[in-house]
Amino acid sequence: MADKILKKLNIVVWRQKDAKSKGRFETYAIENISQGSSFLEMLDILNNNLIEKGIEPIAFDHDCREGICGMCSLYINGHPHGPDTEVTTCQLHMRKFDEGDTITIEPWRSRAFPVIKDLIVNRSAFDQILQAGGYVSVNTGGVPDGNAIPVSHEDAEEAMDAAACIGCGTCVAACKNSSAMLFVSAKVSHLAKLPQGQVEAKNRARRMVAKMDELGFGGCTNTGACEAECPKSISISNIARLNREYLSARFSE
Amino acid sequence: MQNLDSKIPGGPLAEKWAKHKAAIRVVSPANKRKLEIIVVGTGLGGASAAASLAELGYNVKAFCYQDSPRRAHSIAAQGGINAAKNYRNDNDSVYRLFYDTIKGGDYRAREANVYRLAEVSPNIIDQCVAQGVPFAREYGGLLDTRSFGGVLVSRTFYARGQTGQQLLIGAYQALNRQIDQGNVKMYTRHEMLDLVVIDGKARGIIARDLVTGEVRRFGAHAVVIASGGYGNVFFLSTNAMGSNGSAAWQCYKKGAMFANPCYVQIHPTCIPVHGDQQSKLTLMSESLRNDGRVWVPKKKEDAEKLRQGKIRPNDIPAEDRDYYLERRYPSYGNLVPRDVASRAAKERCDAGFGVNSEGKAVFLDFSDAIKRLGRSVIEERYGNLFQMYEKITDVDPYQEPMQIYPAIHYCMGGTWVDYNLMTTIPGLYAIGEANFSDHGANRLGASALMQGLADGYFILPYTIGDYLAGEIMTPKTDTNAPEFVETENRVLSRLEKLMKVRGTKPVDYYHKALGHLVWEYIGMSRNEAGLKKAIQEIQSLRKEFWGNVKIPGELNNLNQELEKAGRLADFFDIAELMARDALNRKESCGGHFREESVTEDGEAKRNDEEFAYASVWEYSGEEKEPVLHREPLTFESIKLSQRSYK
Repeated sequence: MADKILKKLNIVVWRQKDAKSKGRFETYAIENISQGSSFLEMLDILNNNLIEKGIEPIAFDHDCREGICGMCSLYINGHPHGPDTEVTTCQLHMRKFDEGDTITIEPWRSRAFPVIKDLIVNRSAFDQILQAGGYVSVNTGGVPDGNAIPVSHEDAEEAMDAAACIGCGTCVAACKNSSAMLFVSAKVSHLAKLPQGQVEAKNRARRMVAKMDELGFGGCTNTGACEAECPKSISISNIARLNREYLSARFSE
Repeated sequence: MQNLDSKIPGGPLAEKWAKHKAAIRVVSPANKRKLEIIVVGTGLGGASAAASLAELGYNVKAFCYQDSPRRAHSIAAQGGINAAKNYRNDNDSVYRLFYDTIKGGDYRAREANVYRLAEVSPNIIDQCVAQGVPFAREYGGLLDTRSFGGVLVSRTFYARGQTGQQLLIGAYQALNRQIDQGNVKMYTRHEMLDLVVIDGKARGIIARDLVTGEVRRFGAHAVVIASGGYGNVFFLSTNAMGSNGSAAWQCYKKGAMFANPCYVQIHPTCIPVHGDQQSKLTLMSESLRNDGRVWVPKKKEDAEKLRQGKIRPNDIPAEDRDYYLERRYPSYGNLVPRDVASRAAKERCDAGFGVNSEGKAVFLDFSDAIKRLGRSVIEERYGNLFQMYEKITDVDPYQEPMQIYPAIHYCMGGTWVDYNLMTTIPGLYAIGEANFSDHGANRLGASALMQGLADGYFILPYTIGDYLAGEIMTPKTDTNAPEFVETENRVLSRLEKLMKVRGTKPVDYYHKALGHLVWEYIGMSRNEAGLKKAIQEIQSLRKEFWGNVKIPGELNNLNQELEKAGRLADFFDIAELMARDALNRKESCGGHFREESVTEDGEAKRNDEEFAYASVWEYSGEEKEPVLHREPLTFESIKLSQRSYK
């Protein structure tokens, strides 16, 4: 079936030359977008139109375009990753929009994610949090057989649910406090649910939370926006598990 | 001519690796601390290598063009990872995995490398479990497996349809631990643009900081290329948008020979192309062929009605469906290897049985599996893939069959390496998809993850020591050496040249044009006239690109168009070498299908007498024809035979 063509759309987009410059919104019109196209394909077309007019194209992060690498971001019409549920921006399709719509696109807004250019932000704080203990301390080689330690089906599935986090930053962008608790709790839960990760669970929770605080993320006030907007449906119950791990780590100090 | 010594150790196949490890040199811990290694790319190969090398005590500098090492495109691998564990008691073994891989590769890979890959495969699973990779588990708590194309056993370990993601997160965690400990210095948003060679040895790289635009020098005692494949030469592919062949290509221009560029894999189950606004293709995992059945209508008039939207697939009764893979290949059925499945789909569509409006799609149907197992089992196995399909196509695959069509997915060809994974430049290594070594002319499903991690965790950390043992007296590389200055100047002048074209057409225009050419002439089906035409057209398109591309913005700022232009400039050259290689190989094998070399029933026909070799290409200068070297493939353990999956 042929997809419907959106004859005209208005794109209002955040433009910012670099980290130091002041940003502003610009409005561009775009024509003849297939509803079967992805949101980023629409931006590709807009960018090529801009290039032909001699305007610098809009810089945005993207890579796999399959919803798994976590590189794409974009705050679209007030929602991280746009109006569809359980998708990243690269998997958002233009059938979610109508003829004549005005679409507003902003970068993630958080002090911990400073804008680099246009819609691109610096999310290296996430890497730094994970570097502070978001791993199991094993070297390559000398490990037991994969079947030596049984893991219940339910634990493996729950660990997998948490491990599905793609590190895109939606949770921070959606939170009014810019809290990274959902992100941190996903890693803490993923590893705490498995016997291999349990050994260091307490220390991991303590170190990662300290790093998160140090990097300027806000506190969690349980509004649940992170879970509602998360493209991978990471559950807020992970935050409860993180709190449990963290508290028991503090008590055992 | 340079030396093409593959350094395959002597002795029986099963003992080669053990004997080799015993014979090669080892660097003492005190000396490792003095040695620096650069790793380019942080996918499964790069991240596992960087982490393992740092654990050993080397000083590692790792580079990726993404904003985080976790985003490398290994993350998108879906179905699983093979390992010869024989947990299923189904008569799997190191030998069987080795044999399946050689046969799947249509007898165009090195026996010794493939055997070693099979041999270390069980260790990979153990390592990943220890890192906390949440593999699927049975109810008794043990690891679950499933089956993949081209094999008769169940040896594929998986984490839902996100195995690549989970394995990469495992390697990324190991890498993070080394970053935390100060043993790895991580450079994100940095792209390698050239290799620095001093006195014939790899000594460093020139990389561009993609945020500031600054071109920088980095020195080391050895350089490891783990930058993946060149599939984006096709423009539309299942690769990430930024995946590129430039790191490997710059090494080629510095003397690292390039092998079998014409071996690219067309994956049979991708979501079909829609219209002309598309930027990339999405894979639907091969694992789906465990439970999905591939079909087209038996009657052309039904196909016609489907194309016009007059009927839906569920309107066609079972007796009017042609399950052509089960019909043609009864013993492997829907699980034939990728090259075979892709060609069979193309054959049906070319014959007029395609089912979407463009006539370029076949069905992958789960209704029987849902009836047999229930929806919840299918959801648990493939839930994320079904969701992805629905989001892209707006069709619910639980209710109606998926539409699929082949698309470019993986490159078997790559930088030539010897048994130590060293290229023809001493001190330069290539691992994972970036090298050519293990998959011959066709890769089996779930083997890319296996190879990337085998190279990074268990092979390179041993073999690189043999070279570095000879470098312990070499001081830290001086990045003010004339070779660094000269290479940096060359990089800068190329970037400036691109910026100065100031033509009229954006980079994407040329990339799409190149993609059309490559798909048409160097895609699923190739012939002499088409390949010759391709070479000419690529050359004239490249000329037009260099004369008319338009790159706005600045050199010294974040400039995504400039990044794309640099990568595309190399894709033109890679495409031309692919065509030359395909032209030279007048046989069909694996993913390389020459219309002139076909069996009576339409299968790929190899010619072992003339072509049982790896084609190894040596750069001989701008606008000059490259020189072909041949590395003969000798088979001691396996008898060559025409591949059959019937």
